[in-house]
Amino acid sequence: MSSLAVRDQRSAFDVKAVRAEFPILQRLVHGKPLAYLDNGASAQRPNAVIDAVDDYERHHHANIHRGVHTLSQEATALYEGARDRLVRFINARSRHEVIFVRGTTEAINLVAQSYARPLLKAGDEVLITHLEHHANIVPWQIVCEQTGAKLLVAPMDASGEVHVESVEALLGPRTRLFACAHVSNALGTVLPVRRLIAAAKARGIATLIDGAQAVPHTAVDVQELGCDFYAFSGHKLFGPTGIGVLYGREALLERMPPWQGGGDMILTVSFEKTTYNALPYKFEAGTPNISGAIGLGAAVDFLQALDLQAAHAHEHALLEYATRALSGLDYLRIIGTASAKASLISFTVDGAHPHDLGTILDQDGIAIRTGHHCAMPVMEFFKVPATARASFAFYNTFEEIDRLAASIARARAMFA
Amino acid sequence: MELQDLYRDVILDHNRRPRNFGPLEAADVSVEGFNPLCGDRLTLRLRMDGGKIADIRFDGQGCAISTASASLMTEAVKGLTKTQALELFDRVHRLLTDDAASPDDLGKLAALSGVREFPARVKCASLCWHTLASALHSPAAGVLPAVSTE
Repeated sequence: MSSLAVRDQRSAFDVKAVRAEFPILQRLVHGKPLAYLDNGASAQRPNAVIDAVDDYERHHHANIHRGVHTLSQEATALYEGARDRLVRFINARSRHEVIFVRGTTEAINLVAQSYARPLLKAGDEVLITHLEHHANIVPWQIVCEQTGAKLLVAPMDASGEVHVESVEALLGPRTRLFACAHVSNALGTVLPVRRLIAAAKARGIATLIDGAQAVPHTAVDVQELGCDFYAFSGHKLFGPTGIGVLYGREALLERMPPWQGGGDMILTVSFEKTTYNALPYKFEAGTPNISGAIGLGAAVDFLQALDLQAAHAHEHALLEYATRALSGLDYLRIIGTASAKASLISFTVDGAHPHDLGTILDQDGIAIRTGHHCAMPVMEFFKVPATARASFAFYNTFEEIDRLAASIARARAMFA
Repeated sequence: MELQDLYRDVILDHNRRPRNFGPLEAADVSVEGFNPLCGDRLTLRLRMDGGKIADIRFDGQGCAISTASASLMTEAVKGLTKTQALELFDRVHRLLTDDAASPDDLGKLAALSGVREFPARVKCASLCWHTLASALHSPAAGVLPAVSTE
């Protein structure tokens, strides 16, 4: 293990100051300081988010977009203000392009049902990749079943990389939509999304990017990416659960029928004819998760006040450090060794099942994810029933990785 | 809540060297059990003779708790009648979920009592037992539909 001085050189990022902003990181688990290495499942919230939600609940709550009273106007201003922050955060062209949803899963289902379903004819094709999360597989299976379209799967290689050529080989005259992850949740692979989107666009094929694992680790500019749809969740971005964003290109969203009907998404309703509201409200039926949106807006403000480049550099240093530390354990196999990875490591340990590892590490105060990570086809590909996964955020430390490695060694000794 | 209470020596031993592990020739009944949460999978095969479990073997992939539980179970139910085995299932189920349940008279199966302190792991220990119950409740022989803990 390297000395503290060497570690400090690697990272100019003030981890200690950032950690102080996350109250939960101060707690103990089983009497040990919490080492929270399950950020890929859900990240923790800073004071800024907790306070924004608290302030809204205590002083401003009312329903939005209706009512002339003060609270309703304040709540509306906060909710729409959060949307403006998200528009800037991903560099959408306008607020028409940022739709608040429950999360990535709902965003993808919305696109599958409202964009793909009216478009797909029997024999058409939807293309995804082998490393997708179930949320980017099942909605397409459902819409393919509804329409008679076919779901094709672009392969990955033994390191967990998806190559542009293997996707291009499957983009055909019947392909109507290409959907893929920006970053794999099970492997950490960063996909070459710019080139993949360009390849689809060149053939007139619509694109959806599942950005759930990407937005916490990299700056996303949807205009620069050129995708038609981009989906992500608030709670992986240090915001609340139950809120997420679907970005869609306005021209496409404009043409899509509403997904759910109800209040807020209409202009006029009579029993003969209903006219729909303008974007983005057309896709936000019913009272939305107002406090969630406000919390997510606060999370984005918090992130933008950080030196994000330094934060991401720190995460990368954590990844390299952890990769070296875990590679040193000869009984440990890292699953997913792509050349470009976000800061997460999936692994298996000879003789110790991931589920047992998870329990033993938890006793040491270390939180990791164990299981199939909602990516059963990835597990099948690597011939493992499950993996353990440590996923890092900018508030994690090298010392926590030392503890991770030591705890894995302890678990291994127990089962050997 | 102590780790040693969960991973007792008996559990570690049966995980390292599971008993009655592997295929069973001439099985009457075969059932697959699946725990979608963690991906544990086991196949249980039984040979019945005169209303008794003449032989029972399992294979599959699972964590230490699920492997040891299945191994201990096969040892415990071999030779029992269907009714006796189902009674034992009830006792083990109580042991895993009810703090007041006594592990007395359960022999090696008492080692599973540490699991109840770890609620996330109860399904690991109970998967094989649910699978067995499904096999014993089935009126017909053959390959039965898979059992899931969800």
